[in-house]
Amino acid sequence: MRQFIARRFGYSLLSLLLLSLTIFLFIRLTGDPTSLLTEPGATEADIAAVQQKFGLDKPIWVQYAYFMGSLIKGDLGESFYYQTPVLELYLSRLPNSLMLATVAMAFSLVLGIPTGILAAVKVGRFWDSAGKLFALLGLSLPSFLVGLLMILFFSVYLEWLPSSGSGTFLHLLMPAFALGWYFAAAHMRLTRSSMLEVMGSEYIKLARLKGLTETRVIVKHAFKNALIPVVTLAGINMINMINVAVVVETVFAWPGIGRLLYEGINFRDFPVVQGVVIIGGSMIVVVNLLVDVLYALIDPRIRLEK
Amino acid sequence: MTAPLLELRNLSTHYVSASGTRVVRAVDDVSLTMNARDTLGIVGESGSGKSTLALTMLRVLPPAARIVGGQMLLEGEDLVAKSEEEMRKVRGKRIAMILQDPMASLNPLFSIGDQVGEPLRQHEGASRASAWKKAIGLLKAVRIPAPESRVTQYPHEMSGGMRQRIVGAIGISCEPRLLIADEPTTSLDLTIQAQYLNLLRDLQQDYGLGLIFITHNLGIVAKMCNLLAVMYAGRVVESGPVSTVFNAPAHPYTAALLHSIPRMTERRERLSAIDGQPPDMSALPKGCAFAARCPRVFDRCRQEEPPVFTPSPGQTARCWLAEGTR
Repeated sequence: MRQFIARRFGYSLLSLLLLSLTIFLFIRLTGDPTSLLTEPGATEADIAAVQQKFGLDKPIWVQYAYFMGSLIKGDLGESFYYQTPVLELYLSRLPNSLMLATVAMAFSLVLGIPTGILAAVKVGRFWDSAGKLFALLGLSLPSFLVGLLMILFFSVYLEWLPSSGSGTFLHLLMPAFALGWYFAAAHMRLTRSSMLEVMGSEYIKLARLKGLTETRVIVKHAFKNALIPVVTLAGINMINMINVAVVVETVFAWPGIGRLLYEGINFRDFPVVQGVVIIGGSMIVVVNLLVDVLYALIDPRIRLEK
Repeated sequence: MTAPLLELRNLSTHYVSASGTRVVRAVDDVSLTMNARDTLGIVGESGSGKSTLALTMLRVLPPAARIVGGQMLLEGEDLVAKSEEEMRKVRGKRIAMILQDPMASLNPLFSIGDQVGEPLRQHEGASRASAWKKAIGLLKAVRIPAPESRVTQYPHEMSGGMRQRIVGAIGISCEPRLLIADEPTTSLDLTIQAQYLNLLRDLQQDYGLGLIFITHNLGIVAKMCNLLAVMYAGRVVESGPVSTVFNAPAHPYTAALLHSIPRMTERRERLSAIDGQPPDMSALPKGCAFAARCPRVFDRCRQEEPPVFTPSPGQTARCWLAEGTR
């Protein structure tokens, strides 16, 4: 088990190194930030001063070495635009994103898993078709459209919910639904296919032959086995929700990390973009690691793998 | 006189396609009788309906299959007439079944103790602790060494032969009256097969149960069974005591099956096989289903389906050649 974790940890570090290099290079393809950081018509000397201040005058590999050097010390640099440490900015936005992601995840699991089980148990019948329609809509309607439709319906026509901003639980409902919508469909589809595969197995046949009730066969024998891939997906999706809620957060003006990233790209605020991506990437890597360990706890076959 | 352990009367199970246009008579008009301590071998080619017959007896058929007629009397009680809830109390308790793939029959996420003890908890309301204690005894009964430590282990830690014994232990856990073994040795190697067959025979004697062997191995039938039923295209074409059927098969199909066993005492260049293919089960020909492959076929076979004849006491055959012996 210890060896298993150590090896996974090594892979994780390697992925993060590659990620840092990639984002560092790609964000520099968006253009020169000094043109946005100086007044129009600024003198050569002013521009050079700004470049020097942010270290943009140095060769790119020196910039990367400097970036990695402070990253190892835990320093993500300072935002060009806000002039405050990126970590501070990130942490100030994180609670909002976590709240949004938690509610969206809860919603996607509460809706996705039972409908997935229902569709698998009633395969080929009404509930299965209803589930398929739901999955199709969930996976194909983009979240900005769902968000805009909800604003139209619940804020404009019914005037039940605030259309944007944050502060109360009511503000959270629509963005969480818009964000969780896609994931609910994804969780439903995976639960369904995973359940179907398990329900066709010999050990489910044997469980029935033991004279167990159908409920017990499904809940105890099938569901636990079917849950393994769903746990993986949900873990990864949780992180995706925090880091990929850019569109939903922009539509609902929700002050989370997604919007921070959106702003960072708009202002060519390299440290912010790098910081958000590196932290997001680290989370994904850490969660993958945790999911692997969790797997090993659920499934004894992985536990003993050398 | 008490009722026989199991009596099937004109039992039929058909698969119906979703559109209802194709009907496969997987089990058709099957009648069989066996008593406690009997061992019945059911043999036939793949697709002859052996496994469907077993699933029918426990009523755990796939959704497309229906029992369309007949009776299944277990100690005089008709299982076809039982509700699903009543039937659930029969499964694992009065009739148990051993599936053919030991590698896939155990749930990978539960310990051996939990899985072996589960029928006891379901049918006898045993606590988890007492079910585990009994599970240790059952593992001992199926000759698994160090059962005390084995109960805490998981299926992936066991070999195929050991898993098959565990499946056997699950089968006998509630001391059923009838144990159905569906090709229980196909995935085991020969020495383990022999051990497992001996184990099943000992269990049968110790627990006094009726045993049904579903197999295509006539050697196993000869070694284990006192009764034999030969299935072809969903029907029992011949049945009777093993000694009678082996010595004087009344149906040409049985004779051909027996003839196809290679013998050490003969010098033969080629193995003898039965020519042709089993018929399409959804479009059976008129007359006898075996007619197209039968070496002794005559006109009547292609026109009329043979009824059940009784060539000798206890022996039945669905063949026109046996006519007049009724």
